[in-house]
Amino acid sequence: MIDAQEKPNLDPEEIARFEAMAGEWWDPSGKFKPLHRLNPVRLGVIRDLAAARFDRDPRDIRCLSGIRIVDIGCGGGLVCEPLARLGAEVLGLDASPLNIEIARTHAAASGLSIDYRAGTAEALVEAGESFDLVLALEIVEHVPDVGAFLTCCANLTAPGGGLVMSTINRTAKAYAFAILGAEYLLRWLPVGTHDWRRFVRPSEAATALRAAGLTIGEATGLIYNPLTDTWGRSPRDLDVNYIMSATKDPAAA
Amino acid sequence: MVDPNPSNPPSPPDRHGEDAPVDVLVVGGGMAGLTAALAFGVAGLSVVLVDRRPATDVLDAGFDGRTSALALGSQRVLDGLGAWAGMAEGAEPIREIRVSDGGAPLFLHYDHREVGSEPLGYIVENRHIRRALHDRLAACPAVRLIAPGSVEDLVLEEPQIRARLSDGREIWARLAVAADGRDSPLRRAAGIPVTAWDYPQTGIVCTVRHEKPHRGIAHERFLPAGPLAMLPMRGNLSSVVWTERRDRAAHLLGLDDAAFAAEIARRFGPSLGRLEIVGGRWSYPLSLSHADRYVAPRLALVGDAAHAIHPIAGQGFNLGLRDVAVLAETVVDAARLGLDIGGPEPLREYERWRRFDSVALSAATDILNRLFSNDLAPVRLARDLGLAAVNRTPTLRRFFMRHAMGVVGELPRLARGEPL
Repeated sequence: MIDAQEKPNLDPEEIARFEAMAGEWWDPSGKFKPLHRLNPVRLGVIRDLAAARFDRDPRDIRCLSGIRIVDIGCGGGLVCEPLARLGAEVLGLDASPLNIEIARTHAAASGLSIDYRAGTAEALVEAGESFDLVLALEIVEHVPDVGAFLTCCANLTAPGGGLVMSTINRTAKAYAFAILGAEYLLRWLPVGTHDWRRFVRPSEAATALRAAGLTIGEATGLIYNPLTDTWGRSPRDLDVNYIMSATKDPAAA
Repeated sequence: MVDPNPSNPPSPPDRHGEDAPVDVLVVGGGMAGLTAALAFGVAGLSVVLVDRRPATDVLDAGFDGRTSALALGSQRVLDGLGAWAGMAEGAEPIREIRVSDGGAPLFLHYDHREVGSEPLGYIVENRHIRRALHDRLAACPAVRLIAPGSVEDLVLEEPQIRARLSDGREIWARLAVAADGRDSPLRRAAGIPVTAWDYPQTGIVCTVRHEKPHRGIAHERFLPAGPLAMLPMRGNLSSVVWTERRDRAAHLLGLDDAAFAAEIARRFGPSLGRLEIVGGRWSYPLSLSHADRYVAPRLALVGDAAHAIHPIAGQGFNLGLRDVAVLAETVVDAARLGLDIGGPEPLREYERWRRFDSVALSAATDILNRLFSNDLAPVRLARDLGLAAVNRTPTLRRFFMRHAMGVVGELPRLARGEPL
């Protein structure tokens, strides 16, 4: 159920657009294929950051044991399930009850215990919840007020915890790749999935997170290699997809 | 186990203890299967290994004359999994390989000092390899051995695969690995076709004791009926891998030890002095088979189940170990990201990585066999010149040597000597 706030930081059109494709969340060659392809590199960055932050061995297949994670905008659970397998206690949050239903069904079939809830990040903040790791992956480009949303994510981060955000940069190259390339040319994504004006520059995200009391960590570019149909990391090229981390001081109130 | 309500089978998450789902089911306890189970277990994945033979058969085995030529890359894989120490004592390093064509004076010479300080490979008795792998597995709490046991059928029940054993037990796993040999029942059940060639030849394997020391030299003599290899073992022993025409082989296998040794000596020559047969003789009809696919949903083929090659280059087990090292890497990398280890990605990556290597080696050994099992004068001259050319060109020789050592191509971490 969507939280009955006075003015939720949600865009009903965006939610409807994703719900229309919801049946395909777990189809690796369906409409969410780009996310499936992107998933290993995203998970690698998240795991390595979390392992470094919480002093774990990233080669241990249960390296995230006991770490509390919230994935905001979890969709069908593409990130929640792997993190749960690595041992994390995962809360998957999505504004769409349909997505949550699909995520729950899939997790049950996979034998994974994940707390899925339909709701908003704002409601979690109000309930006073906090997490060791807050994930906002491929979501800020779909919310109306980016600053307010990132502040809310920062507030959900426990002292000593971390935040990982990934999105698409607002550059001409991103327009060419993510809109012309992915939507029109390659038909990877349905036309209209992304609105270039909503893309977020790393500096804008960093400013919002800093204002909310976090310390900005490293930012990594995620680069697509069309020859191998795989994604890789780049320390420098943040022009299109990038992933950014931030941490909260253990002494923060 | 009979389900009281077949229309509503228990879902895997409800199962506990012995029935709890495991990460990987390995079927077949030969050397490839044992190594696969060990690799997954070392990485922390839960494994059930099912073998037809009781474990005591393997552990109590006496010397039976069968050996493996382990390429350097294979030795690194076994070492990386902690199994090498248990077999190192019985392993003889190969320091040189001398290839000659029948009685021709020209020969190809590989010396390990040309490519570094490490030996070209090792000759190890198969029973020592098995025993060391079993000992390591016993120390691995994540691996459960069911032996004797066999898999009656495998049913895909996404996101798992369910195996029914002959005693009625059921195993649920996220990934099944078929290491069940050349005639792989699992491969057949998965409907994966095989391309196969038969050769009118028989492979004969035995061990000889010789008068003079072998000085770590492996010999391969190409004879009209097929090659004869003499591979150095511990002490004054060598392993003979000998290929003969099928009709000739039947006659040879019927000879007594003294006459059989005389036949080997006649072909090999006098360089090692008098030869004496030790232990049994083994023979195999030669054939080459190659699975059209190495994977099916939640199933991967390794070792002879994927590709059984002509033993001419002694590369069968080495290929199997390379399969295991690659599969372990793609699967364990997926597990370390929390991804579905039996999903399409790790399996597709495994197949992409392995196919080229196996097809190339199968084709190369087939061509070698056709070329050398031939006594036509022009072919003979051409191959003598070819051997001489390779021998006189250090770059080419080093290339072939590195191939024989199993250290070329896109190597998995284990074959590079790195941890999984």
